[in-house]
Amino acid sequence: MDTDLIAASVRASSPEIIVIIGACAALMLSLWPHQDQQKYLTWLSLITILLASAQTLQLSPRPVNIVETTYSGMFVVDAFATYFKMLLYLGTALTILMSGKFLQTEEAVKGEYYVLLLFALAGTMIMVSGADLLIIYIGLELQALSIYVLTGFLKTRGRSVEAALKYVILGAFSSGILLYGLSLIYGLTGSTQLGVLNSALATADLSEPMLILATVFLLVGLLFKIGAVPFHMWVPDIYEGAPTPITAYLSVASKTAAFAVLLRVFMGSLIGLEPLWSSGLAAIAVATMALGSLVALVQDNIKRLLAYSSISHVGFLLLGIIAGTTSGMSAILLYLLIYTFMTLGLFAIVILLHRDVRAGEPLTLFSGLAQSHAGLAFMAMIFLFSLAGIPPTGGFFAKFYVLVALIDAGHVTLAVIAVLLSAVAAWFYLRLIMLIYIQPAEPTTGSTAAPATGPTGHARAAILLSAPMRLVLLFSFSGTVLSGIFPAWFLAMARQASLSGLGN
Amino acid sequence: METIILFAPLVGAILAGFGWKVIGEKPAQYLTVGLLFLAALLSWIVFIWLEPETRTITLFRWIESGSLSIDWAIRMDRLTATMLVVVTTVSSLVHLYSIGYMAHDENFSDNEPYRARFFAYLSFFTFTMLMLVTSDNLVQMFFGWEGVGVASYLLIGFYFKKPSANAAAMKAFIVNRVGDFGFALGIFGLFYMVDSIRLEDVFAAAPKLAETQISFLWAEWNAANLLMMLLFIGAMGKSAQLFLHTWLPDAMEGPTPVSALIHAATMVTAGVFLVARMSPLMEYAPYAKDFIVIVGATTALFAASVGLVQNDIKRVIAYSTCSQLGYMFVAAGAGVYGAAMFHLLTHAFFKALLFLGAGSVIHAMHHEQDMRNYGGLRKKIPLTFAAMVIGTLAITGVGIPFTYIGFAGFFSKDAIIESAYVVSDYAFWMLVIAALFTSFYSWRLIFMTFFGEARGDKHTHDHAHESPMSMLVPLGVLSLGAIFSGFIFYSSFFGDVEKSREFFGMPEHIAAVEGEGGETAGSSHGGEAEAEVADTSEHNAEETVVAMSEHNVAMAGGAVAPQGAIYMRADNMVLEEAHEVADWVKLSPFIAMLLGLGTAYMFYMRRPDWPRRLAEAQKPLYLFLLNKWYFDEIFDVIFVRPAMALGRFLWKQGDEKTIDGGLNGLAMGVVPYLTRMAGRAQSGYLFHYAFAMVLGIAILITWMSIGGGVE
Repeated sequence: MDTDLIAASVRASSPEIIVIIGACAALMLSLWPHQDQQKYLTWLSLITILLASAQTLQLSPRPVNIVETTYSGMFVVDAFATYFKMLLYLGTALTILMSGKFLQTEEAVKGEYYVLLLFALAGTMIMVSGADLLIIYIGLELQALSIYVLTGFLKTRGRSVEAALKYVILGAFSSGILLYGLSLIYGLTGSTQLGVLNSALATADLSEPMLILATVFLLVGLLFKIGAVPFHMWVPDIYEGAPTPITAYLSVASKTAAFAVLLRVFMGSLIGLEPLWSSGLAAIAVATMALGSLVALVQDNIKRLLAYSSISHVGFLLLGIIAGTTSGMSAILLYLLIYTFMTLGLFAIVILLHRDVRAGEPLTLFSGLAQSHAGLAFMAMIFLFSLAGIPPTGGFFAKFYVLVALIDAGHVTLAVIAVLLSAVAAWFYLRLIMLIYIQPAEPTTGSTAAPATGPTGHARAAILLSAPMRLVLLFSFSGTVLSGIFPAWFLAMARQASLSGLGN
Repeated sequence: METIILFAPLVGAILAGFGWKVIGEKPAQYLTVGLLFLAALLSWIVFIWLEPETRTITLFRWIESGSLSIDWAIRMDRLTATMLVVVTTVSSLVHLYSIGYMAHDENFSDNEPYRARFFAYLSFFTFTMLMLVTSDNLVQMFFGWEGVGVASYLLIGFYFKKPSANAAAMKAFIVNRVGDFGFALGIFGLFYMVDSIRLEDVFAAAPKLAETQISFLWAEWNAANLLMMLLFIGAMGKSAQLFLHTWLPDAMEGPTPVSALIHAATMVTAGVFLVARMSPLMEYAPYAKDFIVIVGATTALFAASVGLVQNDIKRVIAYSTCSQLGYMFVAAGAGVYGAAMFHLLTHAFFKALLFLGAGSVIHAMHHEQDMRNYGGLRKKIPLTFAAMVIGTLAITGVGIPFTYIGFAGFFSKDAIIESAYVVSDYAFWMLVIAALFTSFYSWRLIFMTFFGEARGDKHTHDHAHESPMSMLVPLGVLSLGAIFSGFIFYSSFFGDVEKSREFFGMPEHIAAVEGEGGETAGSSHGGEAEAEVADTSEHNAEETVVAMSEHNVAMAGGAVAPQGAIYMRADNMVLEEAHEVADWVKLSPFIAMLLGLGTAYMFYMRRPDWPRRLAEAQKPLYLFLLNKWYFDEIFDVIFVRPAMALGRFLWKQGDEKTIDGGLNGLAMGVVPYLTRMAGRAQSGYLFHYAFAMVLGIAILITWMSIGGGVE
């Protein structure tokens, strides 16, 4: 390889390199004991992310349909990757901003936390830029390993450690399946590069058993990451056990990256096999939506409820893949952006209300919020409306565009089912809104609520809104509202990105 | 100017909602009131000097997605203008009224700032309602549709310290979601068939839709009928028609001005507006029209029958609203959209008047709402009494038959009943009986409230006082509307075929039919008997064939949307025939009204012991009515419980044990966590998860081998 190629490769991956250097710097900084250590770490991480995003934007190809591949075609810089990277920066930065308060409450301030988050970010960035199944796998594992540790970060909390253990075992299991599918693909086509796969599989015999196995394994490995039924079992447990900011990260950034891979692989390289996987995926999407919405109806724990809510959103997102068109893809991209805003906003509020991990996070955490903090209550309401898909919030358009794409592609029955199930899903979001506006806070009841009848809601002390938290709320709130009022602008971005994603 | 009308309430809402801390609570209130009056004034100007052509005012490019590109635009025609007038007039009066009504609310402590919030919500509602009525495409309409739902949710639950208010808000929202589901399906269906959701394109495609079959769920359907039915389901939710009506009476938990504005005059009529707006599609959907007539007529009777026995003053009026909306749907379903809109207009005035009057009574009686605790109030609050009587005269349709003298309801309700007679005997009789019930419960309300002995808490009665000026002025203005709006607008909306065509900007009927129409309208008060009617309809049938064939030719030449705010097919002669009905038909609502009045007078003035005795004699019937035909209970059993049970079932099967396990583990905090975890890991739950995944893989492989491989 001559030096020009190497230089180009390094340049293309410079955002990843920046993030990894930032992570290493944070690691150094975490060894230096200082009372303001956490503050420095937060700023260092944020500056790293800002630098990386500046670099990403600078690298972003103009005009957008140019696809630049480097590292012998294993790594790609295109508008699709740029869009997803910006989404990941957003998700990670907001997660970092909301972590500070949580870690203080939990007395678990440690430098590694930020280091691991940055490594996870690097992993997800590699996932979205990977043009080769192996590179994607490496990125995925880098991300997963960091998240395993972060899930169990509250070492003294049984639930946290238990969740981490479960996640490691199930995650390894799913990684094995993914890797197996990958090796089968390699065996069938002699390549793991996405661009090559596309042409190699164009003439493939769809009844070939090995091909079916390979497709299923690839699909299942990725479906596990996004938490689609029946590979969703880990989601509620891990969401409940993990530190809340990590739960937010899991439901946003790590899901986003997995979707990027799913889109790139299945709508790009394996599009030739569509007759093979589309009906199965449709069934999975419907099952995911149905299970997520119905089970969420009876949850008493806010994090579990959000887990099931995220499952039902995943089902909706999968519908965009089934549409199989550019508009379906851009609908997914837009959905992920809006989903990032509204989910992180709601998680930020959960963190603000959180006081003690032993009390758990019962739904009653929210009760009486309108009384004590009208502004927060209003924001929570907007986020919940958005999650339920009610105008004039962004969540409506997220769902709307997916449905339009579905109908454009002729899947009317699926659209009908989706609309019906989203009406069911609206119910549990509204239940939360009702709690927020009911006063006074009800005492914790029921067997599934935490046994400690801690100070949940009763005589809520004033919530201190730190500057980082304000920033998180500002970002997520304005994103949720603006995307509802000016959807065309957001969609234009998503479409540009998706055009290049389908190109390779 | 239309842009100012649309955005003035939004500006008010934002300034009052977010800026009241800066400008103060009082100025915030007056600001919203002022902006609303400005909007109302401009609306009347627009309404009076409206051009016959439909105009579209584009604000900005809103949605751009594949084949779907939509502007945010205002569609200005007679329908929009009518709704603008209704919405802004009632809303501005309600705003003014609320200054007095909300001044001291016992649901809030003294230093709680709730007033600015209330006005912000009211203005926000008005904005979304205007967005709904001005939209030129279905998504924009859906936006407004959901927006009013959200605003209504906020306002019903405004007394958030009352659990019942929260429950009611929730219920309203959920029930409306069911309707919205139908509406959304209708929109997507239209998009699927027409590839556009601009009203113009949809209207233009309507004749083609009528010839298209689509398969949906289990059967083949005619596209126009199916889509119109779906849209109507949306309308049923918003307008509280049978099966989706349960939220409306509960919504009375909100403050009374809210009930007057949202749950009487404006939001609930959105469904009627939708049906009238979609008239070009309606005209090609005969089955949907029949369905609408039946639902409307049944609702009118059902709600009126429940209204007979309710004791809460606001609930009586709520059921009355529900019933009157049924009337409007009958007219719309019969194809006489003008009559539907006419009743919508007059109803807005007299129903808002009744609600605000009831609010004034409640205000005087210190938030007592049970009519059994009223009585003898006419001397204490004479002005309110006068207003309520005017409202009652209007709703019961008092007037002199065969003349142009009468209150608003006399014109609009009779118009509907005559139209109903033309299309369906069932609807006609339902509406006449409902008119009798209406008269009974309306007068019962007046008699129980204002006449007889003072009942209930003596202290409250002693301190009953007339309301402040800000509350009485709206009552006065609305009274004028309730008296004169029928007389003024009768010929434009319904009475004169020619005038109403011009009014709605519709092109001339094809010559032959037009002559017929002119004649029938001219002889509308003549005394010809039924034979003549039969003759006319036979006559029409012939011409219809001609008109139809010409019409089809026109369609083949290139699809264009029909002109005008509403569209009536050449063979839709209901409007003309309605003027031709026999005298006894025209007289029937009048007789029903007299009967109702007489019975109410006997029951509540002359022999006050009769109601009790009747209730005891007919206990099952009484309970049936009192419990609103047991709809709430039935729905609970059919829908709510199974959904919860299904969720619980899936949950228990899925991961119940891990939660319990986790909690038990937490409870036993003394046990070292490692031990617990080891135990957990070996207990097989993780294995369960992995097993589910393997099972999923196996199913997927099978699925793909069978399903995918075959192709």
